[in-house]
Amino acid sequence: MDPRLAIIERRLAPIDRILATSGGKGGIGKSLVAATLALDLAQRGLRVGLLDLDFTGPCAHIVLGAKTELPAEDFGILAPVAHGIHFMSIAHFTGARPVPLRGEALSNALVELLAITRWSDLDFLIIDMPPGLGDIKLDAARLIPRAEYLLIATASRLVLETVERALGLLSQLDLRVAGLVENMNRQPSTAVADLAAAHAVSYLGQLPFDPAIEDAFGQVQKMAKTNFSRALHAVSQQLIRTV
Amino acid sequence: MHEWALAEGVVATVLKTAVERDMQRVDKVVVRIGQLQQIEADLFAQSIAQVSPEGPSLLRDAVFAIEIEETALRCRICGNEFSPQDALMGLDAVESEAIHFIPELAHTFIHCPTCQSPDYDLVKGRGVSIARIEGV
Repeated sequence: MDPRLAIIERRLAPIDRILATSGGKGGIGKSLVAATLALDLAQRGLRVGLLDLDFTGPCAHIVLGAKTELPAEDFGILAPVAHGIHFMSIAHFTGARPVPLRGEALSNALVELLAITRWSDLDFLIIDMPPGLGDIKLDAARLIPRAEYLLIATASRLVLETVERALGLLSQLDLRVAGLVENMNRQPSTAVADLAAAHAVSYLGQLPFDPAIEDAFGQVQKMAKTNFSRALHAVSQQLIRTV
Repeated sequence: MHEWALAEGVVATVLKTAVERDMQRVDKVVVRIGQLQQIEADLFAQSIAQVSPEGPSLLRDAVFAIEIEETALRCRICGNEFSPQDALMGLDAVESEAIHFIPELAHTFIHCPTCQSPDYDLVKGRGVSIARIEGV
């Protein structure tokens, strides 16, 4: 009998809203959107947490410029704070070393992390989901059923079909979609907006492909001045309004 | 100490299970702790006592027996079955603490002693589980 499952809901109880950035495809900017959204919400004075669930390729700490350090213990473990954000990542435990997990081990690591992490009172917890529609996504659906999904897409046909699959899975699992965001926009396109309309989900806008963002990683003030962050600010405003 | 968080899960699960089984009282709970998580039995017993409800409850007279289960790992590459004990002793404090928090991180810090692969299965002895709940 697994004693951890009984307390996960209790651990998440101090959190008002849980938003998971997802999309199914790798390399479409989920982590960048998740970390920048967390920064934007924190800069508005909201209480924000960020949970990087990409166990095999975590990178939200790079966007934040957060030091990876073992979490402090206090009747569980506490998410270290970076730029006012309560930030939990597997990188706190492993640094840059590989985390070669499969199947049941992935599930167990997720359950353990959710069971022992004690979040403070938060307005938002942003979850950075890994690519794919496999273990972590299915477990998150089971363990965090009240999460709302913020789907990230690009206008590429190589991405759109996978995002459509993600939408289909979320529908099958009866999970809530907060909206669809178009990332890495380079030229006028209605492909992502059309996909949102076809699935009757909110289209939250476009984020530009912004070469300046790479040099701004880890520098919060510099990031806030990029075109990417400015565009995300408008998306964030819509998410705050949505209940 | 983070053991408290897991102890809270044990108590919550026992109470929930006792209610589901329509039990009048719980006499004994056998808790199994996998060697890999490096939790001391005495410390965990104290944590359970701390998070158990005060006053009348189904757990009022319950005894929590804690068993340590040896860990066995089986390499997917060469088939070698091995114990992580020697490797655990050789880790530094941060690596050891990481596995203490999340036992699956053994895959990061401990490799098969025969072929050095991190790709192995955990056969037994992972972390905290409830083996048995006795009562009426």
